[in-house]
Amino acid sequence: MPERTVVVASSHGLHARPAALFTQTAAKAGIPVKVTKGDRTVDASSILGVISLGINHGDEVLLAAEGEGADEALDTLEALLLEDHDA
Amino acid sequence: MTALHGVGVGRGLAVGPVLRMPDPLAEPPTTQSTLGPDAEKERVTHALAATAEDIRARAAKAGGTAGEVLEAQALMVDDPTLRTDVDARIDSGATAERAVHEAFGVFRDMLAGMGEYMAGRVADLDDISRRAVARIAGVAAPGVPESATPYVLVARDLAPADTALLDASLVLAIVTAEGGKTSHTAILAGEKGIPAVVGVTGAEDIAEGTTVIVDAGASEVDVDPTPDAVAAAQRKVADRAARVRTTGPGALADGTSIPLLANLGSADGVESAVAAGAEGVGLFRTEFLFLDSTSAPSVEAQTAAYSAVLAGFPGKKVVVRALDAGADKPLSFLNDAPEENPALGLRGIRSLRASEQILRDQLIALAAAQNANDAEVWVMAPMVATVEETRYFTSLAKELGLKTAGVMVEVPAAALLADRILAVADFASIGTNDLTQYTMAADRMLGSVSSFQDPWHPAVLRLVREIGTAGTTLGKPVGVCGEAAADPKLAVVLVGLGVTSLSMSAPAIADVRDELARWTVDGARDAAQKALDTEDAAAARAAVEALTPA
Repeated sequence: MPERTVVVASSHGLHARPAALFTQTAAKAGIPVKVTKGDRTVDASSILGVISLGINHGDEVLLAAEGEGADEALDTLEALLLEDHDA
Repeated sequence: MTALHGVGVGRGLAVGPVLRMPDPLAEPPTTQSTLGPDAEKERVTHALAATAEDIRARAAKAGGTAGEVLEAQALMVDDPTLRTDVDARIDSGATAERAVHEAFGVFRDMLAGMGEYMAGRVADLDDISRRAVARIAGVAAPGVPESATPYVLVARDLAPADTALLDASLVLAIVTAEGGKTSHTAILAGEKGIPAVVGVTGAEDIAEGTTVIVDAGASEVDVDPTPDAVAAAQRKVADRAARVRTTGPGALADGTSIPLLANLGSADGVESAVAAGAEGVGLFRTEFLFLDSTSAPSVEAQTAAYSAVLAGFPGKKVVVRALDAGADKPLSFLNDAPEENPALGLRGIRSLRASEQILRDQLIALAAAQNANDAEVWVMAPMVATVEETRYFTSLAKELGLKTAGVMVEVPAAALLADRILAVADFASIGTNDLTQYTMAADRMLGSVSSFQDPWHPAVLRLVREIGTAGTTLGKPVGVCGEAAADPKLAVVLVGLGVTSLSMSAPAIADVRDELARWTVDGARDAAQKALDTEDAAAARAAVEALTPA
């Protein structure tokens, strides 16, 4: 299963606006995408799940996707996490 | 009359009758479903879709930041993980109401456990959960009371869906029992310019229809005030309404220019600073870039973040404070040695000097941002105590390409040697909060000595005079960027002491601009002298309050 480790660049982490953007993008992929921080894994298209991970600036997260277009989906989500939405 | 206390948002004042927000719906009972799982799931599907649609309609109507917050809420209603949880609960026999209530509750408790930063999200979840449950049950959604006449809204807490649609012409003020400085109520009330006091102990007991005076500047709510107090408050409200309309650059009555600048903690505040008429930035704190990190951000990341602020102020001055890691904001990569008295320890320029590469990287990033933008970048070092530190910082800044370099005067030693320091530095900026704590030897983080933390104290003002006089003699600018600059009367005194610009949080600018416009240079100097001649802070304040602007 394709995976990606990403260090979150958004200066306020993945809380309100960036979390909304991230989950909407994950939902558009149309395949299951998971995001893991520490020992918790949530559905990347779930805004409640993503917010509850408490992802801060500089945190390392693991993205994993399964199915057709998994690599492309991970590319898009990785790029999103590497961008600073609050800058 | 009873005075209740909380956290004020803005400096506004209002007086009027109370309307209470209805208390939330009772918790749905745990009784087993009699409809069966399929019917319950059907009810959930309809209710969640309608709730999301309702919130999206509010988002479109509200627009701006409020709209974005609501849009994120609609996504929470549509959340797939939430729905899976709801369905599982229904399969175990729960009613639709109970299943939705419990499923939101799981996330709510998780976020509540994450601390103050999540307080806003917790209020969001409580609100959408109530709305969804009300929708399933077919009862009216809880919300802001309907009224045709102006009122003071009193609530346990407000959710964004409520604050976003508040009609500022009807809601005179907001009082909430819960919430802090970072709650949505505080942020959105500030954005809409509605005076608010949040986190008020005793707000739950204010009865509907009671007259209250809400004084956000004093963080106070007077319940059932005397007729005299009401009349006085109404005069103040009318007076304020008439004067906060003044716009344009800060100046005294005789035309002497006193630029009014904004304090900023990140690029988030740029818009409101510009809207408030800030003539630039007098204190751009750079800690936000570093606080969540275990190492300093790269030069490129810093350059981009600084440029985001500079871009908002083309042709204007932006005074950037080098990283001020200190007692109240420790950074592990700068100084993690435990200290007995952190306020007197390795902080400010001292810690930067001990980790010079971090300072160099920051100055290189600032020089790059300066060269890529039209704003005039001034850089300053925090907590400078000596002339030698001043020389070290300003020469390093110049060497790395910055055009204007100065120091913050927060340590009495630096204030007393201001003439020597300003002979080296291009400018000085007075941090009145720290200057007060060091002058009074009272830790500003310590509640038991908080009464000493008053910048009106004549001992503090004498030190400000030293700096102001040195600046005037040497022709170097002297700014103030502490809380003191936001107090309109104290701002007049500071100008009288020789301060040439004032920097404050954006919402305070209008009141200070208005007050300054009533005084001439001679009047301000006279006010300063009257304050200097007293023996304590209360007397200094009273002496200036008693003066008629001249």
